[in-house]
Parts: sequence; structure tokens; C-alpha cells
Amino acid sequence: MNFPILSSLILLPTIGGLFILFSRSSSNYNGAKYISLFISLANFFLSLYLWYVFDSNSSEFQFVEERIWLKGFINYKVGIDGISILFIILTTFITTLCIISVNSTIKYRLKDFLVAILLMETMMIGVFCSLDLVIFYLFFEAGLIPMFLIIGIWGGERRVYSAFKFFLYTLLGSVLMLVAIISIYWIAGTTDVIELYQLGIDAKYQNLLWLAFFSSFAVKTPMWPVHTWLPDAHVEAPTAGSVLLAAILLKMAGYGFIRFSIGLFPIASEYFVPLIFVLSLIAIIYTSFVALVQEDMKKLIAYSSVAHMGFVTMGIFTMTPQGIEGSIFQMISHGIISAALFLCVGVVYERMHTREISKYGGVVSVMPRYAVVFMIFTLGALGLPGTTGFIGEFLILLGTFKVNFIVATIASLGVILGAAYMLWLYRRIVFGEINNAEVKKLVDLDRSEMIILTLLAFLSILFGFYPDPLLSTTSVSVESLIDLFNMNIKIYTANTL
Amino acid sequence: MINLDLIFPEIYLSLSIMFLLMIGVFKKNSENLVYNLSVITLVILLALIVNLFSINETFIFNESYKIDKLSSFMKSLTIISAIFVMISSSTYLKKLKILKIEYPILILSSILGMIVMISSNDLIVFYLGLELQSLALYVLASFNRDNILSSESGLKYFVLSALSSGLLLYGCSLIYGFSSSTNFTHIASSSSNVEYGIIFGLVFIIVGLAFKISAVPFHMWAPDVYHGSPTSVTLFFAALPKVAALTVFIRFLYIPFLNLIDQWQTIIIFISIASMIFGAVAAIGQSNLKRLIAYSSIGHMGYALAGLASGTNQGIQSSITYITIYIIMTLAFFSCLFMLRKKNIFYEKIQDLSGLSTNHPILSIALLIVLFSLAGIPPLAGFFAKFYIFIAVIEQSMYFLAIVGLLSTVVAAFYYLRLIKIIYFDKAQEKFETDHNLGLKITLAISISILALYFLYPGILNEIVSKITII
Repeated sequence: MNFPILSSLILLPTIGGLFILFSRSSSNYNGAKYISLFISLANFFLSLYLWYVFDSNSSEFQFVEERIWLKGFINYKVGIDGISILFIILTTFITTLCIISVNSTIKYRLKDFLVAILLMETMMIGVFCSLDLVIFYLFFEAGLIPMFLIIGIWGGERRVYSAFKFFLYTLLGSVLMLVAIISIYWIAGTTDVIELYQLGIDAKYQNLLWLAFFSSFAVKTPMWPVHTWLPDAHVEAPTAGSVLLAAILLKMAGYGFIRFSIGLFPIASEYFVPLIFVLSLIAIIYTSFVALVQEDMKKLIAYSSVAHMGFVTMGIFTMTPQGIEGSIFQMISHGIISAALFLCVGVVYERMHTREISKYGGVVSVMPRYAVVFMIFTLGALGLPGTTGFIGEFLILLGTFKVNFIVATIASLGVILGAAYMLWLYRRIVFGEINNAEVKKLVDLDRSEMIILTLLAFLSILFGFYPDPLLSTTSVSVESLIDLFNMNIKIYTANTL
Repeated sequence: MINLDLIFPEIYLSLSIMFLLMIGVFKKNSENLVYNLSVITLVILLALIVNLFSINETFIFNESYKIDKLSSFMKSLTIISAIFVMISSSTYLKKLKILKIEYPILILSSILGMIVMISSNDLIVFYLGLELQSLALYVLASFNRDNILSSESGLKYFVLSALSSGLLLYGCSLIYGFSSSTNFTHIASSSSNVEYGIIFGLVFIIVGLAFKISAVPFHMWAPDVYHGSPTSVTLFFAALPKVAALTVFIRFLYIPFLNLIDQWQTIIIFISIASMIFGAVAAIGQSNLKRLIAYSSIGHMGYALAGLASGTNQGIQSSITYITIYIIMTLAFFSCLFMLRKKNIFYEKIQDLSGLSTNHPILSIALLIVLFSLAGIPPLAGFFAKFYIFIAVIEQSMYFLAIVGLLSTVVAAFYYLRLIKIIYFDKAQEKFETDHNLGLKITLAISISILALYFLYPGILNEIVSKITII
């Protein structure tokens, strides 16, 4: 029996969280912070080790653990392939950054906050490595609880409204997925993903099941028109919450599309490609315009997230290696860059206590270092060559051009709009004259902020110039997924003829 | 020769009740003694019942009384929850000065009624048990007799319950008239040809039973009675009678009238959907925690009935699992309610929970777990309860029922979230007292740990329940 490395990854944060929760100390105890930092770092290194021992030339699921959970019915099964491992590392990495960043942002009940973040980490890692639909659903839904509390307790003025909206939207989306999962159990006799890949699901059920899964993932992605919870949740959540939400939670849905929608329902996926393309295009173009007129920095970035996720869903459903790899890359890149952007907003928000863009202007003369890192992330978000944003968008567009020329052309317009709203945001905040006396009192980045942001900037540029480590990890798994997809389509068309 | 071993638990309980009554009458100031002795009686009773677990389907008294896996499980469930109800509510009774000798004796009598109901295989025996249970409950509901709300709730419950008993008896007489028997097994063999009289009788009895488990549209009494009764009695109401009534529901629908499933399935589906939706929507506007839990329990009964509607063993098992987990959640919720005490006054308004998490972090986490579990969010036990129900329902391709059920969980989630919002997001109030008695703390600790850790070994309950087969 090998060391259960995935289960340790899942459980370690929870154990740490419970330890912090039950340790007798005042609620703002610094020790809690160090314990959680230690745990999240340990988890991060464990996941790096996982990447190191991971064999990226194999398309099989690795480190598979299986345990009897509900006898003869559902087994606890986890395992990873080239697609999930990157998300796991992203999760452990971003969680660590969040815990470092709480220093300045969380003013009260720090201990509870750290517990919530650690529980969240468990759920997120669980989502990315579960190989059973029911287990996946458990983790997927359980994540709502800590996130609801994070937004609701530590959020801004309209936190209650946003927390409710977030929770109910997501729950409403997911209940249909539960119906679909149970139906799959009765149709195919198992909820084990690997077995389902081999068995395949009868084509006549696929469309409905696909739609049920889609309802959940579309809310979580979020896709137009069910994206309205995201700006609210982002704006009201504390910085660390926004970072987790943007960097990881949204990726659960993209991951779900790749792993479940395409993997389990290939025929339905093929059938619904036009729907996805249309919704993605609306997300890209429409939300970019919406982002242009935002007055609130966080809201602007939130809408830009919707647009970026539009690229991701479009890339996934091109069913080409470039498209899917590009989508995965774009998700990782968005994880890094949007996390960084929210941290950047958090930095000035902590000093000025306003997110209104018009209150700023001329920040560059008081915060030069801030201006530099913010520049890097702005360029990353708009996809400048040399940053991760470029690689993702480029690959996605490459894949889309292969499939549908018109869609790709319209989507390319989105890139221009993206540049427009990001650069305009940057100009309004950083350049110009100082009109607000408050801005003059701003202090430049302190050490911990500097460390986090430089690290993110470094990664963004590193993978922008040298994307190979990420792409080579995913390519084999993506190819095998596409092979499986094409094979299913071929069998289906042969049968229907 | 009748084998009295099989009903020894019932005989033992009846004798204990009389014995305790004697002690209470002849010994002065013996309230505490009688109370504690009745808890011990229940523990012994539990041991006697568990002893019968190995017995497979045995009939006694001319096939009117049945001991099987279902009855043993449901009886154990009733008694275990009764024990926890008793040990968690003693402080409450003392503080309200309503701890009289009659209280534990009435509780024991109604439990006797319940276990007779659970084992009944005959309409008359069933009615006997039902009335014994109900009469004790009428008195319990108005036990705080100086309180006008409590008297009102007792009276209201009595009048409405008598009405439903009347309907039920009318149904029994119709069934007897058309099948010439009151015995479930005999009715089954003679009701193969569909006669209107029998169907009318069936409907009347379903109405009576739906009243007992407070399913829509026979739920009107529940909010008022839950609200008016002393909280300890509300807990009792919310948990125990439902177990007994659900067992009778199972037996009644699946033994004599299984071949009429086409007739009653639609009724049960309707009641189930109506309860789920009504429970979810009506609870939103409540400001009293006891009223809120009344509506929430109406919703939960809807889910339990959804399992019954499926017409399979799996459906029955899922209902049994559901009611088990529901009872644990109810116990946990009320234990938290008992802890909201300041200077001998118990608080039960939703606003009293405001900012609870600042001063009482542990209690708040407990409430958080209970509420998310009631809402059915994974990985808590409440999710699994619903999960099993929907597995059974979807197996029978009743997608409409499943989707309505799941959508009403989303609506219901709203008011549970509202409570969590008040506990966690609002401004703190004065502290509550923290000197709780051991029984209450134990009840809370056990029920919360079951709810929170159920996902680690969901197989345990499943394995026990999967042995219960009716069809």
C-alpha cells in the first residue's frame, strides 16, 4: 500500500483547521496564523512533490485510492491525471498566498477566518481529484459553506445580500446535477468516473444529463446570463475571499466541463457546441462592454473574469488539443493574474477604504513599486505576449479558428475590448493628476505585499515565456480525452447511419 | 399458547408506569425521583427491545401484533430519542417550574402507545395505540397550564386531533365493512378486487395519518401547537409521534393495500410535494424559532413521504433513514434552543440569536452544523437523508417529484441561511448563561458529532436499515 498522498492533501487542511478551532487561545491569536501558514505551505510542498513524481507521459489516472464508503454502491475514489494536477497545485499555492495576505485585511475573528480558508482548501482539492461523481458532488457543494461564511462575516457593506445570492444561485444550479448523478447511477450502474469513461452512457439520455450538469457548471463558471452573482460576491468578499473565488472556485466549473461534460457525455457535448459558443461569445463581448462602464475596481475585474471564463468555455468545446490545453492554461493563468489583481485592489482599498475608481488617480507618484506590479498584471490580464494571459488566449483562438472561423473572429474582438478596459482602469488609477488629498498619504507596498505580488508577477512572466512545464503536463491527458471523445462520436455516427 | 416473551417490553413498560405513579402519589416531593426513574425505565426498555432484534417476523395475538425488524428498529429509535428528550429537557422543566410527577408518566404512557402502534398489525390495535399516545400528548401540550398559549395549544390539538381520529375510525369501519376484517394481513387477501368502499376507507385513514405527521394539507395544527407547548414538549412532538405514525403509514400502505398502489401513490405524491413546497415557503416569514421548526418539520415529512411514494423496499428504507436523521437533527436543534437561557427565561425568538457567534462560538458552530444539515448541504448528515430519498425516487423514474423536492430544498435553504446570517453576521447581544446540565451537553455533543461525522461512515446506518424489508 502506497502512501495515500491525495487523501493527505485533502485532509491536512481540515485537520489543521480543526486544530486551530479547538486550540484554546484568544480569537486573534497570532499562533493561529503561523499554524495555518505552516499547514498550507506543507500542503503546497506536498503538491509540488506530487507534480515531481507525477508521470506526465501516461494518460492513466495516477495515485488512485479507493476505499469502500457505501458498501456496494459508492466508493471513495480519488486520483489525478495531467489535467487535475495543475489545479491542485494552483489551489495549494493560492491558499498559501491568501493566508499570507490576511495580515492586513482581516481585522477581526482572524482565527475563524483561517479555519474557513483551510476548510475551503480541502473542498477545492477534493473537487479536483475525486473520481466518483457523488464524492465530487460532496466536495463541490460543501465548499459553499465556508465561502458563504467568508463573504458574510468578513465582507463589505452588502455582504449579506451577496452571500445569499452566491449560496442560493450555486445551490440552485447544483441540485439538478444531483438528479443527473443519481440518474447516471441507475442508468449505468455506477458513479465511478473511470468506469463510466469505459462504459459510456446511452446516447438517448446524454442530452438531458448534459444539461443538468451544465446548469451547475454554468452558474459556477459563471456564464452569461447566470453570471450576476459573481460581481456581487467579488465586490463584497474580503480580499482573500475574492482571490479564492476568482482564482480557484471558478475553475471548478471549467474543470467539470472538461472532466465530466466532455468525458461522460461526448455526443451531447458535440450537440450543444453552438449553445456554448453563443453563450461564450456573449460573455466575452457583452461583459467586456459592461466592464468598461464600471465605477468600482473590483466589479470591473469581476466582469473581466466573466469574459475570461468565456474564452475558457469556448476553448474547451472546440474539442481540439489546442483549445482544451489553452483553456487549462488560461484557467491557471487567470488563477494567477486575477488573484494578483484582486490583491492589488486590496492593497489600495486597505489604505483608502474605497473601491471607486474616480477617487484614485496619480497613484504612481506616491506608490511607484505598486504601479510597476499593477502594470505587469494589467498587461497579463489583457494578454500581452510574454505573459501567461497571451499563451492561453492564443491557444484558445488557435483551436477555435480550426473549428469555426466566425466565432474565432468575434472572440478576437474581445481581446481588444479586454485591452481597452484594463488599460483604461490602469490609467485612471495610476496616472493622471492627484485630485484626492487622501491619495497623497498613500504608502507604498510593505514587505509581505511585495513578496506575494512579486512572486505572482514572476510566475506570470515565467510561464509566459516558458509555458512548457504546464503544457507538457497536460498534453497527454488532454489527447487521450480527445481520443475518447472522437472514438465515441465515431461509434455513435456509425450506429446511427 | 401465546408467547409473552415477545411483548414483554410492553408489559414491563405498563407495569413501570403504574409503579412510578404509585411512587409519585405516595411519596412527597418525588418529582425528581420519578423523573430519573423513568429515564432508567426507558434504558431498560431499550435493552429489552434490542434483545428482540434477532427475531424475524413473528405474529402474536391472532396475528394482530407483529414483531419484526421494522418494529424493533422503530421502537429502538423511539426509545433512544425519548431518553435524549428526557435528559436534555430536565433543566427546562425545573426552571419553568412544571416538573411534576405527571410529566414523566405521561411521556411514558405516550411511548407505550407509540410502541403498540409500531407493532400493530390490526386496525383496532393500531387505533388503541394511537389514542393512548394522543391522549397523553393532549395533556402534555397544555402542561404549562398557567400559560395561555400552552392551554390553547392543548385544546387546539385535542379538537383537531379528535376530528382526525374520527375520520380515521370512519375509514376503519369502511374497510371493515368491505373486507370483513380488521387485520392487515386478512385485508390484503380480500382487497384484491377494487371496491369503492375500500378506497374511501383507505383515503380516510391516509388523511388521519397525514394529520398525525402534520403533512400538508392537514398541517394547520402544527405551528400553533409547536409554538404554544413548553419547548420540551415541542421537542417531543417534533420527534417521536412522527416515527410511530410513519411506521403505521409504511405498514398500512404496504401490507393490506400494496395491490392498490396505483390508487394511493398519487395521493402520497401530492401530499409529499405539497408538504415540501409549503414547508419551505411558509417558514420564510416566521419570527419564532419553534414555529419555524414546525414549518421545517412539515417540509421534512414531505421528503419522508416521497420515499414512501416510490413503492419499493428501497423507498421504505430511505424513509426510515430520513426519519432517523431528522430526529437527530431535531434533537440537536432543540438542545441548542434549551441553551438560550438568561435568568430562568428561555428565549425562542429568531432575533434572540443575533450575533450569537461572538459570545458563544461553540454553540454557534453547533447551530451552524444543525442548520446546514437541515438544509441538506453536504457533507452533513441531512444531505445523505435526502440523497437516499432521491435515489429511491429516481429509481422509479419519478423525476418530477425529485426535481420539485430538490428545488424546494433551495427555497428552504433560504430560511436556514437567514438564521445563520443572524447568528454570524449580526450584532451581538447580551450573553446567555452557560451553566447547562450534563444531560443537555451530552445530547448536543452526541447529536452534533453524528451530524458532522456521518459522512465518514455512512454505511453503518445503511446496513442496519437495509435489513428492513416489507414487500
